Amino acid sequence: MLASYPPGRQRSAVVPMLIFAQDEVGSITPELVQEVAKRCGVQPVQVEECVTYYSMLRKKPLGKYHVQICTNISCLLNGGEELWKRACEQTGLGHKQVSADGMVSLEEVECIGACSWAPALQVNYDFEHLVTPERLDEILAACRKGDYVEKAK
Amino acid sequence: MANLVKFTIDGRELEAAPGTLVIDAAKRAGIEIPAFCYYEGLSLQGACRMCMVEVERMPKLQTACTLPVAEGMVVRTDTPQVAQARKGTLEFLLTNHPLDCPVCDKGGECELQDMVFRYGAGESRFTEIKHHVDEKQWSPVVYFDAPRCILCYRCVRVCDEGMGVGALGVVNRGVVAEIAPNHGDHLECDECGMCIDICPVGALTSGAYRYKTRPWEMEHVGTICTHCSNGCRTTLGVRNNQIIRGNNRDSSGINGEFLCIKGRYAFDFYDHPDRLQAPLMKVNGKLEPVSWSQALAAVARKFSDVKARGGNFGVIGSNRTTNEENFYLQKFARQVLGTNNLDHRRSGDIVSLLDALHGQQTALATTADLYQAKAVVVISADLALEHPLLSWQIRANWRHHAAHVYVVTTEPVREDKYSVNAARCAPGQELETLQALRPQLVDEPELIFVFGDTIKGEKVRKLVEFGASLGKPVKYVCLVDYANSRGAMDMGLTPELLPGYRASGMPGLTIAEMLAAEDLDVLWVVGANPLAGASLAARGAFVVVQDLFLTETAQAADVVFPACSAYEKNGTVTNVTGEVQRLKRAVQAMGTKPDLEIIGLLAREMGEAAQLGPWSADKVFAEIRATVPGYNVPLPVILTGGAAQTSPVNGRVEAPARPELIRSARNGLFSSGTLGRYSNVLHSVLEGRRQP
Amino acid sequence: MFASHPPLFSNPPHPREVIMLSKRFRLPNSASIDTFLAHGGYRSFRKALEMTADEIIAEVKTSNLRGRGGAGFPTGLKMGFVPRNSPKPKYIVVNADESEPGTCKDRLLMEYDPHSLLEGMLIAARAIDAKKGYIYIRGEYRYLIHILDRAIEEAYRHGYLGRNILGTGMDFDAYTHSGAGAYECGEESALLESLEGKRGVPRIKPPFPAQVGAFQCPTMLSNVETFCSIPYIVEMGGKAYADLGVEKAGGTKLTCLTGHLNKPGVYELPLGFPVDQLIHDVGGGIPGGRKLKAFIPGGSSCPVLTAKECEGLTMDYDAMAKRGTMLGSGGVVVMDESTDMVKVALRIMRFYQHESCGWCIPCREGTTWLRKMLQRFDEGLGRRHEIAMIGELAKNMLGRTFCALGDAAALPTISIVEKFYDEFERKLNAVSAPVPAPGPFPVLNDPPPLGVGR
Ligand SMILES: Cc1cc2nc3c(=O)[nH]c(=O)nc-3n(C[C@H](O)[C@H](O)[C@H](O)COP(=O)(O)O)c2cc1C
Ligand code: SF4
Ligand code: FES
Repeated sequence: MLASYPPGRQRSAVVPMLIFAQDEVGSITPELVQEVAKRCGVQPVQVEECVTYYSMLRKKPLGKYHVQICTNISCLLNGGEELWKRACEQTGLGHKQVSADGMVSLEEVECIGACSWAPALQVNYDFEHLVTPERLDEILAACRKGDYVEKAK
Repeated sequence: MANLVKFTIDGRELEAAPGTLVIDAAKRAGIEIPAFCYYEGLSLQGACRMCMVEVERMPKLQTACTLPVAEGMVVRTDTPQVAQARKGTLEFLLTNHPLDCPVCDKGGECELQDMVFRYGAGESRFTEIKHHVDEKQWSPVVYFDAPRCILCYRCVRVCDEGMGVGALGVVNRGVVAEIAPNHGDHLECDECGMCIDICPVGALTSGAYRYKTRPWEMEHVGTICTHCSNGCRTTLGVRNNQIIRGNNRDSSGINGEFLCIKGRYAFDFYDHPDRLQAPLMKVNGKLEPVSWSQALAAVARKFSDVKARGGNFGVIGSNRTTNEENFYLQKFARQVLGTNNLDHRRSGDIVSLLDALHGQQTALATTADLYQAKAVVVISADLALEHPLLSWQIRANWRHHAAHVYVVTTEPVREDKYSVNAARCAPGQELETLQALRPQLVDEPELIFVFGDTIKGEKVRKLVEFGASLGKPVKYVCLVDYANSRGAMDMGLTPELLPGYRASGMPGLTIAEMLAAEDLDVLWVVGANPLAGASLAARGAFVVVQDLFLTETAQAADVVFPACSAYEKNGTVTNVTGEVQRLKRAVQAMGTKPDLEIIGLLAREMGEAAQLGPWSADKVFAEIRATVPGYNVPLPVILTGGAAQTSPVNGRVEAPARPELIRSARNGLFSSGTLGRYSNVLHSVLEGRRQP
Repeated sequence: MFASHPPLFSNPPHPREVIMLSKRFRLPNSASIDTFLAHGGYRSFRKALEMTADEIIAEVKTSNLRGRGGAGFPTGLKMGFVPRNSPKPKYIVVNADESEPGTCKDRLLMEYDPHSLLEGMLIAARAIDAKKGYIYIRGEYRYLIHILDRAIEEAYRHGYLGRNILGTGMDFDAYTHSGAGAYECGEESALLESLEGKRGVPRIKPPFPAQVGAFQCPTMLSNVETFCSIPYIVEMGGKAYADLGVEKAGGTKLTCLTGHLNKPGVYELPLGFPVDQLIHDVGGGIPGGRKLKAFIPGGSSCPVLTAKECEGLTMDYDAMAKRGTMLGSGGVVVMDESTDMVKVALRIMRFYQHESCGWCIPCREGTTWLRKMLQRFDEGLGRRHEIAMIGELAKNMLGRTFCALGDAAALPTISIVEKFYDEFERKLNAVSAPVPAPGPFPVLNDPPPLGVGR
């Protein structure tokens, strides 16, 4: 990854390195910050600046299946907010909360680029389009059971 | 001047060099454009949006802090639209600001207060709940109150760009964005407090000062820091005979806005509980408090006796006492005591440098030169830690003028980061390594060599030869340790040299020789601690010490006089680059006297006052100006708080340089010789505690 | 394949579509280089290799191609701004951060025709003499990173990337670069900061990226769709491309139809397409036969139009400007008469408040204040005099922020309070029930409490 950038510009790799490492580790740990800082030749505080800036980076682990429901304008008009409320009720979870067994976590997110197929959500980077309440129930059930099939990761 | 750009601001026709920013051009013309994030000398941000102005033919308001003047540009800062924009932005700014001015440390000195007073709205329309986070302590000396922060990023920039430390960052995004320290919940840095000083509001406050006073209750006394040799001007905030803070209120000194931890906080030794407040005399082997008259009489009697019987004196002076005190002391030693056994702790080989440069009047660099020179070579010094102001100057020179910086050291140093060539050398191989840089150095139009204590004696001569061989204008800085190390040499506190580097021609003992001389009858130590880690061979010698604290040396004394610190007296000191500046008394410490007065009183007590002259600092300085070569500096410069460079390069120095006596204590940012031991602040910070 | 979802295009295409950018979408295995090559792929690049840099830029200028990222700046001009004789390396940067609410078009290009993006980059690289190109993709589009990475790998294998491309001596490397969730990184200078491993905070302009861009070097930074259009310009000639569109804006536009529509979707339509037909013909009309209330032409940053303002309107840059709004990024949002405009205003402001980078005061504080206030209105706790204040505060942001995000937050807000004033009035004290518990609000790494009722 470092080789993609011009010489002396290893700092460029900070964000991609963080996000790919987060997929492995589950969250951005202090050790990860140190390691990324070392590899990219920056101070840990400079890595920390990024970790807290980008909304996909997180310091606490989320569920095995992270369900991100969009409620931005196009989804809102097509029932995104209802989906979000339904998901909260179904799981008993709120924004950025993780189920006790660590299987599912929820997040209300901003536009994910699926506006024409609203309402939409993502499970671990996989898009689910034109989600009906029934489909939502299915997705959540699969996540809880652990048999949601991921592709995008 | 030919190619100036013509433009108008508020109808006034103005001119400026191309590239000048509208905000600066306006300021020079006396037109104020309000700004938070703009700070001269630091990188541009355009973040606060306070400086918006109307520019003809531009549809939107422009930020004056990022807009360079252009030919024919028509700028207005006085329109209703501009006034409305300022008001609107301030209204936004205050929405999440706690408005706790009554208890805020910055109240009365706050740029936000002033700005709202001048440009803001009288009422607030914001009725929502404010975003709040609790205050944090980042170090013993740095507190951060995020809600007060207006995110102007001055602190982040001064730390990164000014100090070269980069200990501050910005975390989170949007309204919850915050300044953050480099180690999670705390700072590990130079602890210089520059971030606090530069903060326009009360977001960053000083652990040493907070909640102690309202700013307008203090008197502000401009004087010179007593710690390292760089000679930073510091303004002491004084209330009820107490120094409450040190800062840089008017930025008028050679240091501009710079101060390190020592200049800003380490004045605190002055009211350390161990401070001596009465003369002490040995009674039955124990030091007991006595009156001044008793102590003076006892010492004068002893001095007169020993003098009468032709006994041996040893006199050790200080590199923190004033020029006046040093001058008077050497005069006392030589004229009254008739001895040349006179010395002080030497930390840089200025003698060899002056000798090698003989005749080249302009070859000594000033502090300002370090900011202007096209190239600087740092040899054998960790400048950022040992000479923080010089390091600051060079760094600013690199930032503003792209100066070429070269480093020749045994270990990595901060200057490496922006040097064009950071060369590591084996100990003792500095000059050989320098030779290797020659191809680069000959291409520089001018150079300043800054060298530490390992370059001494013959090596100084070789360095000067090397410099001369480059065929370019070359200047030098010989690094020394303390506030008046340079002044002590200049004032002739050595056996071989009289004031102004004239050979004494008389034999005399050095410190080590005095300590080793078994037949010494009197050892008189003024503001030094030679017996730390050493012993006195002459068991029966009568030891007189003038000091602030009961140092190892004072403990061994027969009489101890409690002396004033630099913040308690007037006089002058000469910094590492030979610039003379004036100390101004800020407070009075109970029971103490300035060293000059103590020496003068001793002379009077001995009946010798007439030949030494009056012991007022002004009078002695007048004598120094009249008699010491190189010290005839313009008085008004000094009296108005400025720095005047001395010019001691007058020809060959007809005395040996004694390089074997030169050794720097290599104090870092958190130590300052014996004095440093009595500064609580220096011990309180993590970095200070970590020092070996 | 990496996608987990059914196809994103309508199959067959809508009869009103003009199929150009989307011509390979419906082919089997469309993302592979074999399909690409079999259907005219890299032919334009080969043609460009025969042309001089000036000729390529001249064609792009003639084509009237305007940037598809939102601002609509003429792409040919932008290419021309890249200095010729700079000793510094030059870069191509693709803005694939697609985060503007209502916009979801770049996804299709990257998913179904990734090589066309590489081809566009190669032609641009040839024109400005760039040796490296970066595709900055929003982190949420992870599957597209895989698709593009595979396309890049194929292109290397077939000699379209790397050293001495096709034996011509041209060198060019392409890389993907993942974002990690920040709308602001779509702003070109913030994107470059982000690409350099920093926080996505915009830079002071000028200098623009063409002069000082990626790694402080001259850079051509454009949107995915913009780059994908370049091969067609080279292929058919600038003139023919220009003729597809309207005066001063050439070509076709991938238009995302979203909101209250029977057939939302992404359609390739010529510039100048009538809005009325967009809604009722291509979009299949409004569900339940309800009436149009409000219309956003190009993503949530644009001022909102009323149904009346949409009459006789066409989808083109200048026509939109005349109605006081913008074509933006092509993200159309259709709102029917059942829509609660106060809620819409709140949701839009919530977005910008969440995405404000926090660098400048008016945006950081203005979006926060407005969000809190709109939230109160939505809960029925607004005060009458505050309705006008919403507009005033938004105007205090407008034109005064560091980057255009502040404007993007202000413009729709101003238009909604002004045009739908009565809805704000109606909501005053409309809720008799006790203040509802605050809804979950996306905040960043759970910072301390924020806002009304917290
Ligand atoms: C806040 C903000 C967000 C933006 N987001 C995007 C984006 O997601 N994708 C994009 O292509 N352009 C975006 N832009 C526009 C870019 O700044 C830039 O104009 C564009 O990438 C240039 O490419 P073009 O000329 O091809 O349109 C955004 C602009 C702003 C101010
Ligand atoms: S307008 Fe200001 S705070 Fe908002 S995103 Fe742009 S720079 Fe950041
Ligand atoms: S001073 Fe110009 S934006 Fe802050």
